[in-house]
Amino acid sequence: MRAVFALLSLATVVNSLYFHIAETEKKCFIEEIPDETMVTGNYKVQLYDPNTKGYGDYPNIGMHVEVKDPEDKVILSKLYTAEGRFTFTSNTPGEHVICIYSNSTAWFNGAQLRVHLDIQAGDHAQDYAQIAQKDKLNELQLRIRQLLDQVDQITKEQNYQRYREERFRQTSESTNSRVFYWSIAQIVVLAITGAWQMRHLRGFFEAKKLV
Amino acid sequence: MLKFVIFTSVLAISTSAIELTFELPDNANQCFYEDLKKDVDSVFEFQVVTGGHYDVDLIIEDPNGKVLYKDTKKQYDSINFKAELDGTYKACFSNEFSTFSHKIVYMDWQFGDRNALHAAVTQGAHAMSQLENYAVSIGDKLRTIDDYQTHHRLREATGRKRAEELNERVMIWSLGQSAVVVFIGIGQVFLLKSFFNDKRTRY
Repeated sequence: MRAVFALLSLATVVNSLYFHIAETEKKCFIEEIPDETMVTGNYKVQLYDPNTKGYGDYPNIGMHVEVKDPEDKVILSKLYTAEGRFTFTSNTPGEHVICIYSNSTAWFNGAQLRVHLDIQAGDHAQDYAQIAQKDKLNELQLRIRQLLDQVDQITKEQNYQRYREERFRQTSESTNSRVFYWSIAQIVVLAITGAWQMRHLRGFFEAKKLV
Repeated sequence: MLKFVIFTSVLAISTSAIELTFELPDNANQCFYEDLKKDVDSVFEFQVVTGGHYDVDLIIEDPNGKVLYKDTKKQYDSINFKAELDGTYKACFSNEFSTFSHKIVYMDWQFGDRNALHAAVTQGAHAMSQLENYAVSIGDKLRTIDDYQTHHRLREATGRKRAEELNERVMIWSLGQSAVVVFIGIGQVFLLKSFFNDKRTRY
């Protein structure tokens, strides 16, 4: 039974979106998420094989996964195999940057890599089939559980929106006060410059006996 | 038993979505591929979050290279299409027209039958009760709320980043202008003095 699930989860990886990167390239994605939100990512890397002109599995490639929180602190940095799954939960709300790159030591760009990637956040990250099985929930209980998770996520998101709105307002207020103080400072600077000009020129003309 | 597991899990897979937010450097091109089966519906959405005039070029091609969507300098769009063939569909974002502004682009690609979400998640098929139907429709509505929230979030991010940029610019400009005023003030005086000095030496 477990084996079946494992197989199926592999199938989802293969089924997912993919893109190409050079062997030494680093690709980053941004997830803007509230706090206490779980993010899971599934990926699989394939290597371009010039002989077959196709992408084949190449289990020796290692992939670095690095996740940085909004304060630029590394919260996950690990070396995985060519295929893997990473999970993290956010502590601070904001933009989390997820970067993946291979451990290749190729000098130049090297070969092309095909990266299958699936990143899910919040309630999308839950595997309900598995939850139902583990907690022995019936259909209705599972639905309610799903609804609860959705509502939870929306609440978190709205909470985060308030936090962001506050930051937005702070920025705007800071701009406003900077413009205000600047206009005062500008007048002061102009007055000082003007006064200095007058004083200096008067001294100069007097010295030259022009007045 | 085993059959049921496979069946339900396939349903879970048959509809999926991926949301990605990525950085698109200047002059860059980023393609995403997806293997789709025939007759699968797709909804593709994108929005430029920051950078330049918030525009990007997008081309979506089917496995034969037929262009399904092509538009340049779009800020956001939502595209619906149905796969006519089995194969790899390609969506390419391009920032090639922009020489200096790098961009952050959000994309959301949903494919598969949305109704599959309503299918039983647990094992075994059975008729849904009234209560279950309600639960499903609440779930749908919540998903819509989630969608709206995402769009709102992106809009807010655009506005916020613009405001932060403005704040920064006001700051730099203020400092710059102060320096310019002082510099011109001193310059004027010395220029004026040099005029009188010249006259003296000439006559």
